[in-house]
Amino acid sequence: MEDKVKEIISRYDSDKAFLVPILQDVQKEFNYLPNNALYRVSNLLDVPISQIYEVATFYKAFSLTPRGEHQLTVCTGTACHVRGAPVLTSHIERILEIKPGETSKDLSFSFDTVGCVGACALGPVLEADGEYHGKMTIAKSNKLLKKLGKKVMTDEEED
Amino acid sequence: MKKKIKTLEQLEQFRKDIETLEQLEQFRKDIQAKRDPEKTVISLCAGTGCLALGAEKVAVALKEEIQSQGLVSKVSLDSIKETGCPGFCERGPIVVIYPEETCYLGITVEDVPEIVSKTIANNEIIERLVYKDPETKNRVVRDSEIPFYKKQQRYLLGNNSFIDSKSIEDYISLGGYSALARVLADMKPEKVVQEVIDANLRGRGGGGFPAGWKWHSTRNAEGNPKYVICNADEGDPGAFMDRALLEGNPHSVLEGMIIGAYAIGSSEGYIYVRNEYPLAVTNATLALDQAREIGFLGGNILGSGFNFDIKIMRGGGAFVCGESSALFASIEGRSGEPRAKYIHATDKGLWDKPTNLNNVETWANVPLIINKGARWYSEIGTEGSKGTKIFSLVGKINNTGLVEVPMGITLREIIYGIGGGIPKGKKFKAVQTGGPSGGCIPEAYLDTPVDFDELTKLGSMMGSGGMIVMDEDNCMVDVANYFLKFLEEESCGKCTPCREGILQMRKILDRITSGEGKEEDLDTLEWMGDAIIDGSLCALGGSAPNPVITTMRYFRDEYEAHIRDKKCPAGICRDLIRFSIDPENCNGCHLCVRICPVEAAKGVKKEVHTIDDEICIKCRACYEVCKFDAVKIT
Repeated sequence: MEDKVKEIISRYDSDKAFLVPILQDVQKEFNYLPNNALYRVSNLLDVPISQIYEVATFYKAFSLTPRGEHQLTVCTGTACHVRGAPVLTSHIERILEIKPGETSKDLSFSFDTVGCVGACALGPVLEADGEYHGKMTIAKSNKLLKKLGKKVMTDEEED
Repeated sequence: MKKKIKTLEQLEQFRKDIETLEQLEQFRKDIQAKRDPEKTVISLCAGTGCLALGAEKVAVALKEEIQSQGLVSKVSLDSIKETGCPGFCERGPIVVIYPEETCYLGITVEDVPEIVSKTIANNEIIERLVYKDPETKNRVVRDSEIPFYKKQQRYLLGNNSFIDSKSIEDYISLGGYSALARVLADMKPEKVVQEVIDANLRGRGGGGFPAGWKWHSTRNAEGNPKYVICNADEGDPGAFMDRALLEGNPHSVLEGMIIGAYAIGSSEGYIYVRNEYPLAVTNATLALDQAREIGFLGGNILGSGFNFDIKIMRGGGAFVCGESSALFASIEGRSGEPRAKYIHATDKGLWDKPTNLNNVETWANVPLIINKGARWYSEIGTEGSKGTKIFSLVGKINNTGLVEVPMGITLREIIYGIGGGIPKGKKFKAVQTGGPSGGCIPEAYLDTPVDFDELTKLGSMMGSGGMIVMDEDNCMVDVANYFLKFLEEESCGKCTPCREGILQMRKILDRITSGEGKEEDLDTLEWMGDAIIDGSLCALGGSAPNPVITTMRYFRDEYEAHIRDKKCPAGICRDLIRFSIDPENCNGCHLCVRICPVEAAKGVKKEVHTIDDEICIKCRACYEVCKFDAVKIT
């Protein structure tokens, strides 16, 4: 981990101004911001750990706990909201049994909401592992969740 | 650039090739000479919206099919351009075949063999893929004849269809960087500033501050270095025009920034872009490299002695960082908290140095103003708002997408003329403009001309250009609550009126939407709104109550229905509605029973179903899934 952090920091010439992008890269590498990586960043950049934590907790993009294998994000932009994003959000909360910002205990899913991904023609949008799925309905989201390994009832199944 | 440059010497060598206006023109001619206007060019939208609809697969299929049908001599594979967003997102993926300008909408991979064998090989039109006017039923083949585009004036977005978003050559061949070359060769910095002042270009990010005067102040401020920043932290939900520009035509933004830097006397610039826009980050980064290679960025730009370079900063997912002083804090590696506005950024901005910040669309206007002149530019628009504005027309609208229109056009023309009205024959209720700081405008004001001043008079604002259309099925109290929740989460927490005030207003709205509203709540919301506007440090808090204030002004009856009758007229607010099954329409198809997560929908197949009110969690799944309009909300 030490080396990796060092390498990331060297991409930015050890410039403190790039603290936010550095943390973004660390998060990308480890899927979250591990405590010891933050101390390492603090050391190498000569920035107080308090300031690192200030930044790491301020921005929505950062997580101090490990993220799940799959990342689901419901776009809650206005266009998606008026086309039913809240219904989708509560459905996914119910299926995964986690709230936005949380990760399932078995680390299989993390769930979030995002202000707007700007794919408004497709609203409501569900982003799964970086891929946008548009015109989402509860039935379609069930299929998608099933594809990602979650046990849910889908349309095709006979009861 | 095809040319690979590996060493500094090679870079220097290459850069020396283009040092004058004439050499740039020669370079442009060389590019154009390689292109035969009679030859087929296929332009395929590869913007975020179309990619999500499968544009990437269509691109791959097109290339494969052209090869397998032996048409490479007619269409070379690099004449398949993956472009930025032309705006008609509703009907993506979009393919336009030039020179005939045949436009196909809603393409799938399955359509590709036919497109290649009929249209590309034999110029035959495939009727089912062209635009069909929903009213007249007329088919429209040519891209520019489609009513959605025809009624726009696409000075900024128009080029998106002709430019492969990863090619600087495409931009140059259309006249790109000629404004920069002219500025460097013929114009003193003061003259450039004056030109932008004369054009009366106003900031497109929301504030509407005259860009030229901002440049003027930064230019005359004490302190060095001076910074130039492009705000691409497009946070307003429902707005994506800046993304389309930066993603689709990044060089137009860069050219504007370089011209601005020259005018202001800046040597360092930043593009602060949302990390949620990965394609914009990629394309802008690539564009910077390309511009550096040719010598539009870096030292001694085009032999003029002017030095300037740009870095990209990715945001951390905080809405407040769209506010200039919060954005500076974020670039400085701190949490994005705004500061009081009595210190102007033009004097003390980033690192306390003079800083000029404009948003993406503002920068993209600059080359246009230089090329066509301030006089030409100022003839478009209204008295106080010049030029065009890109709006993202979204929500309950037939033609979702980006529209670029002259300032002063009416809301009705945008929504009905270009947007094609409301889907499914529903009734228009409101259009929300200006993002979370804006307001909801009702039908009575649809003939208002859209410009900075007129929208403000209605209690809303232009904002960055989000335009969210709502129909009779949208609850205005819920919408107001939505914006408050958004702002409550995004408030940085620094000042009390914003942090606590929004929270308290939201709690009142929560009460109203759950049927526990009190008569005096409306007055409380009003005076709290005023207090938050007066007491907040930055524009986030200073405009946060707007959605509540405007919905209370124009849709007071809906608030009263929630409070007095405990009803949600639009059928949205969960605590005030119940679901039932209309036995007339139910044919016992069992879909609702299968989808219901709590077994509230009950019944045997082929018999009328029922919904158990006691168990129902009002998740709307049954309502959504029913194909026979049998689930009713009352």
